[in-house]
Amino acid sequence: MKLRKVEEHVFLFLMRLSALLIGFALLAIIWSIFSKGLGSLNWQMISEVPKGGYYFGKEGGILNAIIGSLYLSLGATVLALVIGLPIALFINIHLSKRRRLVNVVRLILDILWGVPSIVYGAFGFTVMIFFGVKTSLMAGIIVITALILPIMIRSLDEVFKEVPMGLKEASYSLGSTKSETAYKVYVRQCVPGLVTAVLLSLGRGIGDAASVLFTSGYTDNIPTALDQPAATLPLAIFFQLGSPIPEVQNRAYAAAAVLTIIILVISILARIVGNKYQKNKIKA
Amino acid sequence: MENPKIKVQNLNLFIGKQQILKNVNVEIPEKKITIIIGPSGCGKTTLLKSLNRLTDIYEDINVQGNIFINNEDILNTKTDITILRKKMGLLSQRPYPLPMNIYDNIAYGLRISGRKQKKYLDKRVEHYLKQANLWDEVKDRLKSPASALSIGQQQRLCLARGLAVDPEIILADEPTSALDPISSQYIEEKFVQLKEHYTIIMVTHILRQARRIADYVVFMYLGEIIEQGTAEEFFNNPQQEKTKAYLKGLFN
Ligand SMILES: Nc1ncnc2c1ncn2[C@@H]1O[C@H](COP(=O)(O)OP(=O)(O)OP(=O)(O)O)[C@@H](O)[C@H]1O
Ligand SMILES: [Mg+2]
Repeated sequence: MKLRKVEEHVFLFLMRLSALLIGFALLAIIWSIFSKGLGSLNWQMISEVPKGGYYFGKEGGILNAIIGSLYLSLGATVLALVIGLPIALFINIHLSKRRRLVNVVRLILDILWGVPSIVYGAFGFTVMIFFGVKTSLMAGIIVITALILPIMIRSLDEVFKEVPMGLKEASYSLGSTKSETAYKVYVRQCVPGLVTAVLLSLGRGIGDAASVLFTSGYTDNIPTALDQPAATLPLAIFFQLGSPIPEVQNRAYAAAAVLTIIILVISILARIVGNKYQKNKIKA
Repeated sequence: MENPKIKVQNLNLFIGKQQILKNVNVEIPEKKITIIIGPSGCGKTTLLKSLNRLTDIYEDINVQGNIFINNEDILNTKTDITILRKKMGLLSQRPYPLPMNIYDNIAYGLRISGRKQKKYLDKRVEHYLKQANLWDEVKDRLKSPASALSIGQQQRLCLARGLAVDPEIILADEPTSALDPISSQYIEEKFVQLKEHYTIIMVTHILRQARRIADYVVFMYLGEIIEQGTAEEFFNNPQQEKTKAYLKGLFN
């Protein structure tokens, strides 16, 4: 009896300790980014594209990378949702009786989730060379879509798995078809989880540098068409951080701060939208 | 029985290698209340779910035999399963409203059947909510989520939702087990009214409830039908030893 109490206390302590460590690490990262970056962060930085000599500490900003990153990640997230949602629903509704097949599909997706993004980038690059395509927004969006699709499908899948059997039965017993059950019942039940899946995918997409390095390229201009190259914030950080000039290095931190703020704002907005639908959810 | 609404013949049901229903033969009279009783785990829910083929959605289920509904074999012909299910309203042990507002819960069945005119829907939603005795409580908050209703209200909502697809049969699986006495009594009384228009099949654990409302009783034990008959015969003159023991309360 006593031993079990001690055990509980030990694990509670370990849990609190790890929560504390994670919280501390997060704060440390945010602190280092903002303390080094805020000094260089100004209106010009987020409202202008790089001027001549920007990378040597002269005038200009990173609007090209901000817009490029938003185009790439939002484009890819929308595409991944449009492709991934039907697949995740199909796995949970049409294949619900084929457990072995579903397990194989899940395993494959989990492996794809774990593949490093540079592999996606290199693969995309090889395909682009084969077809003679130049680096472009389009190519970047496609490669990021491929990168985040397994994340999107698997996180949606986990959400749909939690739909109570009784709700599924209720839907079918009203005479719903499988698609009606999928799109009218499952999707509504899962809106908050859907938001999480989208955010996970978006976060991975907007923060990734390796996959877009060879595929979307880099430019000081804001792309106005899908076949033009696009800059990204992670690459902007990477290039500026590699500079020997301290002022440019600080701008890298400012760019990182911008990236962090964008992710934060999107997350909060999405949560607000998700919570609006939370109240319809039927508890298991 | 003359012209039973539902006739189950030699129904055997396996889940994996386990046989859940053993050579089940049952006849369900039209526009009467049929009560299925039996100890926990004997297959009552499974039998109920075979009737609207909800068993289809589980894996590893193998169903053999015949189930005739209006003389049509729903297991062996190419029955349109959505039409079959619309002939039956299901009330489960625990209410599962759809994840949408109260109004849409009722309108759902109508909408998927292609009825989308707002005026028509408004009228029907009101009608079925009144049928389920819920209208007065929710008429001012039709657009609020169904999940916010109490369990008793949710069960009535599910009744209204089931009636809205205009079924011929009501399947109820211990519909009062999660409810307070007053809500339970309401459901019982409602069923007695509804049998004028619907064939009702209800599973229950509560013998007193069965005595109060049953017209016809089916007694199951370990996947088999032990005895079935009119309520009067069944309760006053049971034939099987197991039935007698169950009625004396020796199983529960
Ligand atoms: N999905 C399933 N997988 C495996 N076994 C199942 C499944 N559903 C039911 N069973 C088994 O089938 C048998 C009958 O179950 P069923 O739910 O029909 O019983 P019941 O008479 O409704 O019981 P209760 O009164 O407790 O609701 C039980 O032994 C149960 O364990
Ligand atoms: Mg049961």
